[in-house]
Amino acid sequence: MLKGHQTWVFDSKPAIIGSAAVGGPFEAQSAIADDFDILYDDIWLGQDSFEKAEKKMLEQACETAIKKAGLKKEDVQFFMSGDLINQIISSSFTARTLGIPYLGIYGACSSSMEGLALAALMVDARFARNALAATSSHNAASEKQYRYPTEYGAQKPPYAQWTVTGAGAVLVSNEGEGPRVTAATIGRVVDMGISDPFNMGAAMAPAAVDTIMAHFKDLSIDATQYDLIATGDLGKVGHRIAADLLKKRGIGISKDKLTDCGILIYKEEQQVFAGGSGCACAAATTYGHLLNRMRRGELKKILVVATGALLSPMSYQQKESIPCIAHAVSIEM
Amino acid sequence: MSDKKKKKLTPEQQQYQDFAKARVPKAPVFANCIKAFLTGGLICAIGQGLNWFFMTYFNFDEKTVGSPTSAVLIFLSVLFTSLGFYDHIAQFAGAGTAVPVTGFANTIASAAIEHRSEGYVLGVGGNMFKIAGPVIVYGVFSAFVVALVRLIIEWLGGI
Repeated sequence: MLKGHQTWVFDSKPAIIGSAAVGGPFEAQSAIADDFDILYDDIWLGQDSFEKAEKKMLEQACETAIKKAGLKKEDVQFFMSGDLINQIISSSFTARTLGIPYLGIYGACSSSMEGLALAALMVDARFARNALAATSSHNAASEKQYRYPTEYGAQKPPYAQWTVTGAGAVLVSNEGEGPRVTAATIGRVVDMGISDPFNMGAAMAPAAVDTIMAHFKDLSIDATQYDLIATGDLGKVGHRIAADLLKKRGIGISKDKLTDCGILIYKEEQQVFAGGSGCACAAATTYGHLLNRMRRGELKKILVVATGALLSPMSYQQKESIPCIAHAVSIEM
Repeated sequence: MSDKKKKKLTPEQQQYQDFAKARVPKAPVFANCIKAFLTGGLICAIGQGLNWFFMTYFNFDEKTVGSPTSAVLIFLSVLFTSLGFYDHIAQFAGAGTAVPVTGFANTIASAAIEHRSEGYVLGVGGNMFKIAGPVIVYGVFSAFVVALVRLIIEWLGGI
């Protein structure tokens, strides 16, 4: 049901009956390593390209989520997925393996919550009994596509971020037990004129703030409703900007309540500049770490605001600024 | 960002740029310069040592020794690139590893390794000079212009 301007409220409260997170070697040393279902010690995953490695992670995340829900592939009606590789091949090739009717989506690093919102929408509207949403990213494949070759010696600024190698999948159902998806706010594209592709945090922060404010306004609630509000991959720089921006606009969120998946995921001593990024950053942290904390009873109600920078290497070379988006999904235990 | 580009921004965007700028950590330019000076200098010192080695133990003179010295430096750069730690040195060194011949070798080797998965012809062959290409194009072109200027000056009677 539409509430306010851009928020969906799911009256049937679809349940997340299965979720999975897959990670690479760097993630195996991360702060949330215990929350991954599968971890690899090699960024190639035994494949002959980074792109194939990413696809394998995505396949495994999907299969694990279905298995953990106690279902078979045939029980899932629809699959929604997006990633960062050109023409979202990781997602489409995974859909080929799974054989589940598929909708390819693209919201850059906001794809995780875009997929979850759509899956919940389908289930709530009874257009699906079980819907699967997933996303993935691979550090080397992303560097190759957006920046320079992996082994190229370019110095990165302190506000750069580290693309997470991993995948996350979530199975939403109209029956069963698990954390429940109660609402979703679809973000609009916000472009504040930042054009430095290393400065993703600063580019995406206004989009996150815009979506959070819309969510509160549409539902007539405030931050006290949530135990945790986690943005997707703003990193330390973007997180600070978003927090200050919210304060400036009169939205009070206590410091311990507002966090960012890009900060949560890695340990302080891991060399990731300002923090994690990539589709898998929000996906693996939410579908692994945060959902596990909810199942353990540590968190009752959370809002995940996945942020995406909708640029391409070409738009950047043509001197365009970076349009950004954020989608928020509210999950309750 | 240039002033020309800033003018295109709306007042709201302009305000945000300033708001964000105050919260983005700046790259430590001075420290980076020192690191670049030290590592770049070290690479040059190694080059000088190689010069001496080839001139003392092999039949090279000041004019010809550049070739074997560059060859060794290029080999080491490619080796470090393929072993996967040249980029880590570069994150520390910045311009220190980018400016010497080692940086140029790294651009070609890293692109070749990266695009191996697309095959030897379209992958390695087609992408090898992705980063080095512009350097070659504008390097050769500016050398041509400088040579032309020199020829004209000579033709006019020289200095």
